[in-house]
Amino acid sequence: MSDEFYLELSENPVQFENASSVNNVFFDEANKQVFAVRSGGATGVVVKGPDDKSSVAFRMDDKGEVKCIKFSIGNKILAVQRTAKSVDFINFIPDCPHTEFTQECKTKNANVLGFCWTNWNEIVFVTDQGIEFYQVYPDKRSLKLLKSQSINVNWYQYCPETAVILLSTTVQGNVLQPFVFKNGTMSKMSKFEIELPVVPKPAKLNLSERDIAMATIYGQLYVMYLKHHSRTANSPSAEVVLYHLPREGACKKSHVLKLNTTGKFALNIVDNLVVVHHQSSRTSLIFDIKLKEPEGAVNTHQPVLPARSIHPYRIPLAGPAVVPTQPPVSCQLYSSSWSVFQPEIIISASEGKDTSSWYLQVKLPPTVNLLQDKGKLMDFLLRRRDCKMVILSVCSQMLEGGGENGNLPVVATVFDKLNQVYKEYLEAEQSNPAAMESGPSRGSAAQKRPIITQAVIDQSDMYTHVLSSFTEKKGVSHKFIIAVLMEYIRSLNQFQITVQHYLYELVIKTLVQHNLFYMLHQYLQYHVLSDSKPLACLLLSLESTYPPAHQLSLDMLKRLSTANDEIVEVLLSKQQVLEALRFIRSVGNHDNVSARKFLDAAQQTGDQMLFYTVFRSFQQRNQRMRGSPAFNPGEHCEEHVQHFVQLFGDQSLLKPSTV
Amino acid sequence: MASGMQEKQFTPCLLSFFIYNPTFGPREGEEEKKILFYHPNDVEKNEKIRNVGLCEAIVQFTRTFCPTKPAKSLHTQKNRQFFFEPEENFWIVMVVRNPMIEKLNKDGKPPTVEYQEEEILDTVYGAVVRQCYSMYKLFNGTFTRAMEAGGVEMLIQKLEKFFYRYLQTLHLQSCDLLDVFGGISFFPLDKMTYLKIQSFVNRVEESLSLIKYTAFLYNDQLIWSGLEQDDMRILYKYLTTSLFPRHSEPELAGRDSPLRPEVAGNLLHYGRFLTGPTNLKDPEAKFRFPKIFVSTQDGYEELHLIVYKAMSAAACFMISASVELTREFCEKLDGLVGPQLTLLASDICEQFTINRRISGPEKEPQFKFIYFNHMNLAEKSTIHMRKTASVCLTSVHPDLMKILGDINCDFARVDEDEEIIVKAMTDYWVVGKKSDQRELYVILNQKNANLIEVNEAVKKLCATQFNNIFFLD
Repeated sequence: MSDEFYLELSENPVQFENASSVNNVFFDEANKQVFAVRSGGATGVVVKGPDDKSSVAFRMDDKGEVKCIKFSIGNKILAVQRTAKSVDFINFIPDCPHTEFTQECKTKNANVLGFCWTNWNEIVFVTDQGIEFYQVYPDKRSLKLLKSQSINVNWYQYCPETAVILLSTTVQGNVLQPFVFKNGTMSKMSKFEIELPVVPKPAKLNLSERDIAMATIYGQLYVMYLKHHSRTANSPSAEVVLYHLPREGACKKSHVLKLNTTGKFALNIVDNLVVVHHQSSRTSLIFDIKLKEPEGAVNTHQPVLPARSIHPYRIPLAGPAVVPTQPPVSCQLYSSSWSVFQPEIIISASEGKDTSSWYLQVKLPPTVNLLQDKGKLMDFLLRRRDCKMVILSVCSQMLEGGGENGNLPVVATVFDKLNQVYKEYLEAEQSNPAAMESGPSRGSAAQKRPIITQAVIDQSDMYTHVLSSFTEKKGVSHKFIIAVLMEYIRSLNQFQITVQHYLYELVIKTLVQHNLFYMLHQYLQYHVLSDSKPLACLLLSLESTYPPAHQLSLDMLKRLSTANDEIVEVLLSKQQVLEALRFIRSVGNHDNVSARKFLDAAQQTGDQMLFYTVFRSFQQRNQRMRGSPAFNPGEHCEEHVQHFVQLFGDQSLLKPSTV
Repeated sequence: MASGMQEKQFTPCLLSFFIYNPTFGPREGEEEKKILFYHPNDVEKNEKIRNVGLCEAIVQFTRTFCPTKPAKSLHTQKNRQFFFEPEENFWIVMVVRNPMIEKLNKDGKPPTVEYQEEEILDTVYGAVVRQCYSMYKLFNGTFTRAMEAGGVEMLIQKLEKFFYRYLQTLHLQSCDLLDVFGGISFFPLDKMTYLKIQSFVNRVEESLSLIKYTAFLYNDQLIWSGLEQDDMRILYKYLTTSLFPRHSEPELAGRDSPLRPEVAGNLLHYGRFLTGPTNLKDPEAKFRFPKIFVSTQDGYEELHLIVYKAMSAAACFMISASVELTREFCEKLDGLVGPQLTLLASDICEQFTINRRISGPEKEPQFKFIYFNHMNLAEKSTIHMRKTASVCLTSVHPDLMKILGDINCDFARVDEDEEIIVKAMTDYWVVGKKSDQRELYVILNQKNANLIEVNEAVKKLCATQFNNIFFLD
């Protein structure tokens, strides 16, 4: 069971003092910072970022209760809201005046609901009557209104990643108006309406801020709506409805995630997965909106895996007061004190202990056993971060079972899934080689390049981590080994990927080991093992155990058409001097070959007539090329001339023809 | 010659075929015991004994000249006898009557018969005798095996049962060079489709783990063999000359069932068993398959031979004979293989048509040739028409086929590469080439062509048909 927890909390939580009457705690989703404000800041403000190094501590004057506190991007300017009308600013830039300055909202009688930084010096005030977009001038200690928009606001949400603010408007609150901010500009996106399960009468605010979240999934912005079940409407269980919010164009309802239960839920996005926590069952579900082929405008999804709890967590007791032997305290998961922030943050305040903030993480290894459908598992894994080794281990594991019933089709599916992605990668690489070499890089140039979001399992990964050890495993039938190798080669071919030599070598090695030469012969006959010089040489080396390998090798060299020298060498080594001579003539290379090599071979056969023929043939060549039958000194044929004279006498030498 | 004289040509035919073992009746008066099989059976006992005795004597006599290689054939004016000792002391003898011409004489005189003693080739009929034995062995195992299992009675019974039918299928008049080669015609196929077939075979063997070996054929041509070469060679012979032709005739006659609508669901397919049950739904159906014997590293094994066909694709599944095959197994096989094989068959057909269109007309044979590779037994002939159950038709005159056979004999005598060009009568040129383990025979009909032109034509043929193999000019 213990290896079935596929969600876990990050190892080192950010810990801070619990909220109390003297200590206020705030969380800023944009910078992922926790603010602990003691006594309105007078006795200190501690800011803890996602990692230990980014901690900041300072003091500020207590000018009343702090309602909201956030740094601008890069911790340049601190904004603090203490009243309903205004926001105070403190510069954190060196060489800038540190005294606070204040900005009141422009709209009369409006209450500031909150604010969001959209840049290091740009801020948006959200009031109940609209939004105001300001530029901050820290040196002048003043703000300039860039743009404003009046609209009735119930509540708002901000997605820092995309700098989109979502406003809840109308009486019921279900008409949502998004705005996007970029480099000092504010643009209104098309508004949309959330379908409510029940329309209350008389109309009143009916869409809660808690039921809406924004997140980017696979690079696209979505508004997630947690639709609770209702007895009156026809929805027996709760669901999450995803509205796709494109940069341009209308927002569309695109996915429905079926939760198949009711109760209190919270949402996170981890590694492009939607995680839904269910409090009463203390379990979480994950959804992958890409796991199903799109089937229409709205796609309904079931959880990828059965519901499981987050991996039990023990809080290491921090601080110097702790005795080392004291065991860490186990942490209550899914407690009512949990707050969940986008995309993947969970904050838990538990009594008597410090408040902790974690990142939620997906653990891939446990998913392997929970997702039986291997094809689906590959689709799922391939889209995850750091999936390569997990995928390779799934492959190894899958092959370990040997030739059990129906295993091969599964193997084939898995190979096809992997190679499809591999092929896409190769194509992208071909169209833009630079993007692959440098990997994800900064700068404007990088944006134009195709971003490889998926992992790629290439032939060498497969060979190194899976196939080579699999073929050496004892107890696996050779039939299955060969079937698997052929299946992999089939899959590569199907995606028109050039098969690397080492895979062929593996096939040949396995066949030879089991004396399956006739199979090998057939594969070569149908060119399943593609021609190459190394393969031809490998075949030559098999000749002693399997004589036909000689012919197969020569055929292959012939087809390569770049291996004429090798063919001559092979023939000469078999003392087939005449054949070699005929071959070299047929390819029109007679004039350039080394006479010595042929004469040596002819002499070695001990066949005098053969020697005579070969010698004559070269004399004639010399005559044709140079007008004289004699060999050039550079050809080093003196001893052969001598041998010839010895055998056949001076008078048999071809005489220079006289004009 | 005088006009009005009529000639009648007689092709070579089988006179007798017998099998004996001289050690079974060594004493006088027991000679009959030596005879294990004799065709024709209605020959008088003493004549049988005499004929066997003669063969025995010839073999014994020639053994004194060369103990390891006794006589293989005996040429006489009227017939030719072939001797073959497949297993120690077991002899198979085939007697073939020479082709002859009968000339009718006027005036009611009896016709004059002219035997053409030199028209038939030892290599061809020697190969036929060996094939007879191989075929027997494929279905029955060795002679010795029958002896061990049930003594001489068993062997005699088996021989009788097998050869009675088999000899009727021998068509001695149409035997030629291809019988000498005993080759296998391979179906040309692109790599991807070939890999799909591999995948199919591997999957079937995995899900029906009883299957030990699989062979795959399309259009009566081999694509994949899990059996070793020599076993496949004889099985291929059986499939293409006996089993397939027997089943293709009803197909041609249009009596083949179309899609089988009785198959449940939408898994319509064309698959059917060529061996075993003809109709799986028949409650009386028997699930018996022919058994074959193939060699293993230490002897031989007995296997059920299941031949299953969908359209032009045929798969042979071989299962250890020790397993009893049930209705359930056959139904499972039918359900699994039928749809896949149907799909594969249409894939292959499609791919084949595409390839043919791409390669265009220049690859179409303009030459009549026979190619054979000793290494993989691949043979290709544009001389032979499609084989049918009854005859194997050639498109050239028997005289030319005889020349091919003669050239082949010459090649067999030496190891080195050779080329022989023959000018036959009637304007034909016959070219034989041997390069390493490959042989090529070309028949050209070019009026007034000279040697150089013929040589060029053959070169051209090699360049178009055999450019992907190492075949020396």
